[in-house]
Amino acid sequence: MEVFRPIPTLAAAALALGVSLAASATTPAELLAGYAREAGTTPSAARGEQFFTAAHGREWSCSSCHGAVPTQGGKHAATGKPIRALAPAFDPQRFTDAAKAEKWFRRNCNDVVGRECSAAEKADVLAWLSSLK
Amino acid sequence: MSQPLRRAVVGACLAVLAAAASADKAPRVAPLPSYQQECGACHVAYPPGLLPAASWQRVMDHLPQHYGTDASLDAATRAELARWLAANAGTYKRVGNTPPPEDRISRSSWFVRKHDEVPSAAWTRAAVKGPAHCSACHARADQGEFDEHDVRIPR
Repeated sequence: MEVFRPIPTLAAAALALGVSLAASATTPAELLAGYAREAGTTPSAARGEQFFTAAHGREWSCSSCHGAVPTQGGKHAATGKPIRALAPAFDPQRFTDAAKAEKWFRRNCNDVVGRECSAAEKADVLAWLSSLK
Repeated sequence: MSQPLRRAVVGACLAVLAAAASADKAPRVAPLPSYQQECGACHVAYPPGLLPAASWQRVMDHLPQHYGTDASLDAATRAELARWLAANAGTYKRVGNTPPPEDRISRSSWFVRKHDEVPSAAWTRAAVKGPAHCSACHARADQGEFDEHDVRIPR
């Protein structure tokens, strides 16, 4: 069942305009600023790392597929399919498409946390990923 | 039998054999870029002919609960992929119209039969992980190529 929840500004704008994925081009810094604005908090890389590597009462953590430090590729925990490095410094395509970032946050937070992530949680995770060089 | 007649008979037999062989293989379908991109992100973009239309429809109707994970899509992409899967679903004899248990390709009777020589321990090796990971043993699975002569089971 699909449940409607508030959609962060960037993705909502993309949806409202009916633009394709390619048209929601962004940068990790813009995306991070958008989530922080929406959350009204200052992003914390330390909180992001903790959120990313910890289990949240379910079988998988983010690290289960992306690795504990996602500067290298990971492997899908169920299918074994290789996953490209998530930290933007190690894969320039990461977090450059707002709709794609939203899609994966939605799916993966449901799998890992059992709900969608808040803007503050996304900001923290993205702050940590962006700090990895 | 005269030489030309013999040739004609042999030719006809070969044609029948070729037709029988091709009926046992999934027809090649031109890949759909959005299918490769969306469904191929987490697993091999399984050839649509490996499941009957009823199975694909259930899969596409339940993407938020997709074999234990959330694979939800926006409505337009979901509809596009569902149409393409319905149009290219398996109809040839071994897939037929009978959905396999849980709509899993790996529970289809032809799949079980084709893999009956694989030792059960091989499925759980770290490099294999299970039957969803076709490319562990079929190196060209992502191109829809599953020829058994190319199979290499990792140790």
